[in-house]
Amino acid sequence: MPSPAVKPQRQAPKAPTERTLSFVDAVREAAELEMARDPNVLVFGLDVDDPKAIQGTTRGLVEKFGPERCFGTPLSEDAMTGAAIGMALAGLRPVHVHIRMDFLLLAMNQLLNVAAKSRYMYGGRVNVPLVVRAMIGKSWGQGAQHSQGLHGMFMHVPGIKVVAPATPYDAKGCLAAAIRDDNPVLYVEHRLLHFTKGPVPEAAYTVEPGKARITRRGADVTLVGISSMQVECLRAAAYLEAIGIDAEVIDPIWLSPLDMDTICESVERTGRLIVVDTAWTNCGAAAEITAQVAERLQGIRDLRLKRMGFAPTTCPTAPNLEDLFYPNARTVAAAARDLVEERACGWLPAERADLKSIEFKGPF
Amino acid sequence: MNARLYRSLYRIRRVEEEVARAYPTDAIKSPVHLSIGQEAVSVGVCEALRPTDIVFGTYRSHAMYLAKGGDLNAMVAEMYGKATGCARGKGGSMHLIDTDAGVMGTSAVVGTTIANAAGYAYALKTRRSDAVVVCFFGDGASEEGVFAETLNFASLKSLPVLFVCENNGYAIHTSQAKRQGRPDIAARAEAYGIPADRLDGSDVTGLLERTRTVLSGMRTLGGPHFFEVKTYRWREHVGPGRDFALGFRAESEAEPWVKNDPIPRLAALLPAAERAAIVQEVEAEVAAAFAFAEASPFPDPAELMIDIYQEAGNALACR
Repeated sequence: MPSPAVKPQRQAPKAPTERTLSFVDAVREAAELEMARDPNVLVFGLDVDDPKAIQGTTRGLVEKFGPERCFGTPLSEDAMTGAAIGMALAGLRPVHVHIRMDFLLLAMNQLLNVAAKSRYMYGGRVNVPLVVRAMIGKSWGQGAQHSQGLHGMFMHVPGIKVVAPATPYDAKGCLAAAIRDDNPVLYVEHRLLHFTKGPVPEAAYTVEPGKARITRRGADVTLVGISSMQVECLRAAAYLEAIGIDAEVIDPIWLSPLDMDTICESVERTGRLIVVDTAWTNCGAAAEITAQVAERLQGIRDLRLKRMGFAPTTCPTAPNLEDLFYPNARTVAAAARDLVEERACGWLPAERADLKSIEFKGPF
Repeated sequence: MNARLYRSLYRIRRVEEEVARAYPTDAIKSPVHLSIGQEAVSVGVCEALRPTDIVFGTYRSHAMYLAKGGDLNAMVAEMYGKATGCARGKGGSMHLIDTDAGVMGTSAVVGTTIANAAGYAYALKTRRSDAVVVCFFGDGASEEGVFAETLNFASLKSLPVLFVCENNGYAIHTSQAKRQGRPDIAARAEAYGIPADRLDGSDVTGLLERTRTVLSGMRTLGGPHFFEVKTYRWREHVGPGRDFALGFRAESEAEPWVKNDPIPRLAALLPAAERAAIVQEVEAEVAAAFAFAEASPFPDPAELMIDIYQEAGNALACR
């Protein structure tokens, strides 16, 4: 049975006087504020102190806090993850940055065998307050090894939290919350979200673990969009609105712990759910959310459920194939209409200029 | 000092012999990797450490844990899976910890703590501490990628970490000669610019003296150091028995190590009365530890779901 509903995250503020910031600057500002707030916070990873500063997300940190608290590392993901854990055991609060999530596969041993398990297997005698920032790439030929969304693997294992902010507001608040959290946290960034802008308060604040946000109210179908797919779901809702379908859109924000109460409460109203992930659907975040909804609401509500994500293949580089690999606002809208009308409608909305997906522009 | 070293070595040996004795009763529900024969490496190095220094180990680290001052009762209770264990009965023999004694953890996955030790040393360095970190690992760990990666990072950042490779010549049942193209592990540290010693794991006094000298330099000048210590495992890889019957190593190979066992050699240097007093005290302490473990309760069922995460609002309250 559902546990008592928790309140979802508050809406991001939208006051007209509110400052607008890019996702990149929101990440950078959160790191800067947390480093200023707590001398134990440090940021390292391949190239964090180079001229490009990880798309700008680490710009200025080495100048402000010095090379002991912001440094580029050798190409040693395994050892540097292990070192981050050792630092955390000693009371530092490391933020380890990976410019590609794919590179986390070189660090899985330390992340899942050590970081996630230390507190439990040492009987609660230690904490590992570690943040791992990892970026998912997309478009312009990122290809097989620069595009993977591996967050589902981390959701599978107890002891590590996972967050995938989709707005500049959440980028700042979630990074602050992750840094202040006493547990290992995987912080998932999407390269296409880096270009987005939105309201971000100047002061420090946190977006706490375990609470989703309803980003659009609706009655006919629930769309849960993870990371960059949150943007596609909101666009899909606009396409659906034009044909009279009223979609509710939810951003889970935190994938572990996951706010199933907010999602289930929504699906109990709409009876229809599509979870859209920037990852494969098999055994992933979309599968987990869908399964939990089915477990909770079976017998209570007639349900129509669907998962969307990467095509079950390796990410290709040719643009026409790459387009087919990913869900987008129009394919999500089409799937939602099929769910609502309970038939294969064969409908795909014509692309609207105002709802066109942003893409990474080359050359790289 | 001979009496101190003898007590520490004899105590570890007797604890592990008792583990082996109790093991067939199935009261110890944990894979045990005994260090019998290798105790002098941990004792010689740890005797030179301060309480504020930090050690990291492996799944074969009963000796390190005890030599560094880890709580004996809590270790035995941990092997019995009891709530009074050092990891509250949730870690077992392979996940020993005693933060008060500077034992920051042992791991069942080969090589993982090498990098953890370097990270801890980085934290000490940023705090301008003169404490050092010692990382114990085996010859097998030197084949893991994390070993090479960590040596490079420790060298690059001049970290105060002493790497102690306990080379017992075998990874489970496979000899070093079958696994390493150049079986000179210390040379690999030297290739990264880390000064290294090749030491005899039977010579507990020599190990102690060399560690003191090295640490004194590390505390003032910083920088990593590397020991490759030749030693020998008398018992099987995991479990209480002997494994010579498997045929992968000859019992004759063990003979010089048994002959050079530092425990009887040190015993012979002590006055009989002093030696007898140490033996009596250790026997009583060991018996008490096993009685404590047997009498302790198993963890409450609620413990299954406790300490997966550090809960909010209890930020610094590590148990």
